Formats: sequence, structure tokens, C-alpha cells
Amino acid sequence: MDFPGLLAQLLNGLQYGLLLFLIASGLTLIFGVMGVINLAHGSMFMIGAYVAYLITARWGSLWLALPAAALGGLLIGAALESGLFRHFYAREHLDQVLLTFALILLFEEFRSLLVGNDFHSVPVPPILDFSVPITAQFSYSAYRFAVIAICLLLAALLFWWIERTRFGAIIRAAAEKPEMVDVLGINARRVHLTVFAVGTALALIAGALAAPLYAVYPNMGDGFLIISFVVVVIGGLGSVSGAFWSALILGLVDTLGAAYAPKVAGLVVYLLMAAVLLWRPAGLFGRRA
Amino acid sequence: MSARPTPEDWRAKLAAGPSGGWLMGLGTAILVVAPLGLSEFYTGLITSALIAAMLALSLQLLVGCTGLVSLGHAAFYGLGAYTVFAITPAEQARTVLLTLPAAAAVAGLAALLVGALSLRTKGFFFLMVTLAFGQMVFFLFHNTKLGGGADGAYLMRPTLSLGDWQLPLTRRQRPLAYYYLSLLLLVAMYLSLRVLLRSLFGRVLEGIRINEQRMLALGFNTYRYKLGAFAFAGLLAGIAGHMYAMKEGFVNPELVGWHRSAEALLMILLGGLSTLSGPIFGALAYTAIGEIAQLVTERKLLVEGLIILVVVLSLPKGLSGIGLGWRKGREQPPAAEAKPHD
Repeated sequence: MDFPGLLAQLLNGLQYGLLLFLIASGLTLIFGVMGVINLAHGSMFMIGAYVAYLITARWGSLWLALPAAALGGLLIGAALESGLFRHFYAREHLDQVLLTFALILLFEEFRSLLVGNDFHSVPVPPILDFSVPITAQFSYSAYRFAVIAICLLLAALLFWWIERTRFGAIIRAAAEKPEMVDVLGINARRVHLTVFAVGTALALIAGALAAPLYAVYPNMGDGFLIISFVVVVIGGLGSVSGAFWSALILGLVDTLGAAYAPKVAGLVVYLLMAAVLLWRPAGLFGRRA
Repeated sequence: MSARPTPEDWRAKLAAGPSGGWLMGLGTAILVVAPLGLSEFYTGLITSALIAAMLALSLQLLVGCTGLVSLGHAAFYGLGAYTVFAITPAEQARTVLLTLPAAAAVAGLAALLVGALSLRTKGFFFLMVTLAFGQMVFFLFHNTKLGGGADGAYLMRPTLSLGDWQLPLTRRQRPLAYYYLSLLLLVAMYLSLRVLLRSLFGRVLEGIRINEQRMLALGFNTYRYKLGAFAFAGLLAGIAGHMYAMKEGFVNPELVGWHRSAEALLMILLGGLSTLSGPIFGALAYTAIGEIAQLVTERKLLVEGLIILVVVLSLPKGLSGIGLGWRKGREQPPAAEAKPHD
């Protein structure tokens, strides 16, 4: 393939990888701090996409949908944490898995009740509905550039929050030694609530950003959830920076695979995971067990 | 509160072997004579439940016995079913004596491979990796032409024949044959797992579930034992998948999807984690509830979601836990160790 084609695929891969990071970072944060696995995280992505669809259909603006998704995500996350997950941190894996699986089914049913089972496309915002010329023959979608920029901004904010703020230090401490955090008299419940709400909001934002790119359809969260698992496994469970790099790697590998080896494209991601498991079972960026 | 059976549960259950066996014997006897008084529809329904019970029982070897929660078990079930499709020519049915061992072997080998990689991880990592590999198999059948693509494919059902001789079955008798073959295989599976759990191998698996570090310290190569259990569970799931293909004459990618894996986990939790009979009762109960719920609502997922919520929130020991509570009064299990980071 020629150079502009390759450049387009690289940019697509970057954009896809960054979206994956938004989903996987929430997953890995929630796991890292609370030790709970949330299969319904994919449903959060799905809800974000439907929020974008409903709001753009009603008011015609995706820019309204992004803050709505963020706010809705914080609220849904807080409600789920305080109403349900809080009581499941000490339960067995099997209970957590089935509980969050039940949530997927219920969210899908509510989606079906409220919006139906049709595919919907979401228009790209008019301001960004053009292509940016890169070279003489090649131009690239402005909306995709905007997605890349927004994701990078959110990623930077997230890293700043975790690495540079006092609350971030508490989050890191809680992931490392939860007993110590309790002993220091820090309100662990507030930490859990915040982390869960922020992680959920990131997934909804990812869904809203993805809506114009991938359309909106039932069970759309499943595929993204499973690829996010692969991201987390390769990056090292509980590691946000690991999730960032592995999301980029996977985004690029998957996109380039789909472009250059379409017959085996879907498999490449899993083969990569198998190779990482053989080589470093704790993930590329995880600490060795 | 913990849903995981304590060692006391196991010992109590094993000690209560005769009564448990009595119940299983009675259940089997009922199932043997049941088709005499049932319509073809209900015979078919119970056959499906028996096949689901095989899948759940094979998964119990991992979940209840060894403490490994896999979310990709349906991959081996689906591989068993797709093996029948792959080795059956379009125009000519194969004998079950060929398809059954082939399905078991393919599923077992695949499980050996997947297990060898996944078992390098633990806890949630293991869960995610098994799920991802399961989806890989799903993708293989869904997105390629290997097995008819996303729509699935019809196949010639395996026949009950040996060489040139074939069991003479009328069209109406065939569902009965599938029913009894499934029942026979389920009973055989149950008995062989029972023997297995009482062997040294089974004891080591139990030891791994309770405390893997201790088993390592005792000099057991726990990885090999877990891999053995994973491969054997996959092989049994392949047999269940074979029976699905034989009964339905049809395979499609949904057989492999993670929804089916989660359903099998639900059946186990419904029946209880601490016994081998649990998954069987769980599968029968789950099928019955699903059938009854269909009379009330079309929304299958809603029903399934609510069942899970009720079971997880209020019956951490499954349906058998109710019985335990009645017999011995409310025994509180030892508090679960909080171990969020494994």
C-alpha cells in the first residue's frame, strides 16, 4: 500500500487505540483500587453511544452530548458503586462476574425498551465535517483528529490526577496497600465512589465519541469490552500507564491487521495476547508476580 | 459472605454420599421412565436440559472443584459441535462412534492449548484471558467461512450405527434416542467425575482450591494438575457440544459465545458450588424457569438477569443451600478472607 494509505491507517489505529484507552483505563482503575471486575463496563460504553445518539437526534449537537455523557457517567457510576458494587468487594469472583453479567443483560433490555433494537447512525458535528489536507493527495477526517485530541487531553488529565494530586496519591496508595489507607483515617468509601464514578464516566465519554464513527447498535459494548480486557491483560492489570501503551499497540495492530491482512485480522489481537502471556504473564508493563 | 464451599461443606457432602446418591438414583430413574408419559416437545426440552447439564457439570470441575472461574468454557462446547459439522460430509451421516470421540478429542486438545496459556495467570487475569480466547474461537466461526459463518450451518446428524448395521429408528423414535444417549452420557460423566474427585488427582484439585501455595509447598506441580483439569473439562464440554449438534442438526457461532459460558456459570451457582449434582439440578431448574418465564414475557434477557440477581444476592449457596439451611439450621460459613488483589 502507498504512503498516504499507510498514514491513514496509522492515524486510524491511533484514534482507535486512544478510545480503547478511555475504556480500559476505567476498567483497570476500578480493578486496581477495588479489586472488582466489572463486565458491565462495556454497557457503559454502549450507554454513552446511545446518549450521543439521543441528544444529537433531539438537539442536533454532539457537543451537548459529551458533557451529558460525562455527567451521566459520574451519576451512574456513583449509583452503581453505592447501591451494588460496594457490597461485592469481598465476594467471590464468580459472584462478581455473574452480578455484572446480569447488569449487562438488564442494561441491554432497558436499551431495547427505551430505544429499540435498530441500528442508528450519528452525524459528525457540522463544524468538523470536513477533511484536513495532509499532502497533495491525502486528507484526513477532522472529526477523527478531534477525537484523537480529546482522548489525549483526557488521558493527560487522568495522569495528572493520578500522579500529581493528593487524591491521586491516595488512589495509588489504596491500590497498593488498602489497609494502610484505612489506618490513616482516609475515607475509603469516598475514594471508591470517586474512582468508580470517574472510570464509568470515561467509558460513557468514549461511547459518545465513538458514536459518529462506528454507528450505534445493540450489544455494541461487548466487542469493545473484550478488546479492553486484552488491553488490560497486555498492559498489566491495575496499571493505567500500561493500559495506555498497550491500548495504542493494540489499536495500531488491529487497524493495520484489518488493512493489510483482512483474513486473519480479528485473530491478530488474540495471538498478540497469547505471545505476551507466554513471554510475560504479568503483562508488558505489570510488575512481575 | 462467601459462595465458595468450605472444606466442611465438602466433607459433609462426601460423608452424605449415600443419601446424595439415593437422590441422584431416584432422579435418574424418573428421567429414564419420563419420556413414556411426555410429548415429543417435552422430551426435546429435557434433552436440551440434559445437554446443558453436561456443560455445567464439566465446568464444575474447574469452578467448584478447583476454584478456577473460566468465562470461556463455551468455546470447547462449540468446538465439539463444530467438529461434528467439520467431519460430516454434506450428503452422508457419520456414525456416532466416530463423531463423539472426535468431538471430545478436538475440544480436549484445544482446552489443553488454551489452558497451557491461560493458567499462567491467576484470578481475574485468568477470567479475562479465558474470555478473550473464547471470543477468539467465536470470531473464528463468526467471521470466517470455516463453519458457515455468522448464520451457522445445518449438518447430517450422526447415526447410531456400527459398520453396515444401523439401529433401526423411525422418525418419531429418533428424539427418544437422543434423549437416552444424552442421559447415558450425563450419568457416565457424573460417575467418572465422582471417581476422579475421590482419587489423588481430585484431592490435589481440592487442595489447590483451598490453598494453592500449600499444595506447591507440599511438592505438587499445581500447574500440571490445573492443566489436566482444564483439558478434561474441555473434553467433557466437547461431548456436550457434540450432543447439541446431534440433537439440533445445526451449529451456529452462538454456541461458542461468552453468553453461553456465563449461562453455564449461572447454572452452577443456581445448583450450588459444593457438589457434583448441583450443576445438574441447576441446569434442569434453569431450563424450567426459562420455559415458565416464556409464558409471561418475551424478554428472555430480563428474566435471566433477574434470576442472576436473585441468586447472587440472596442464595449464595444456590438452591442446594436452601436444603442445607433446613437440615442443619443456619450455619454461618467462616467469613471470606478479603483478598481483592489476586
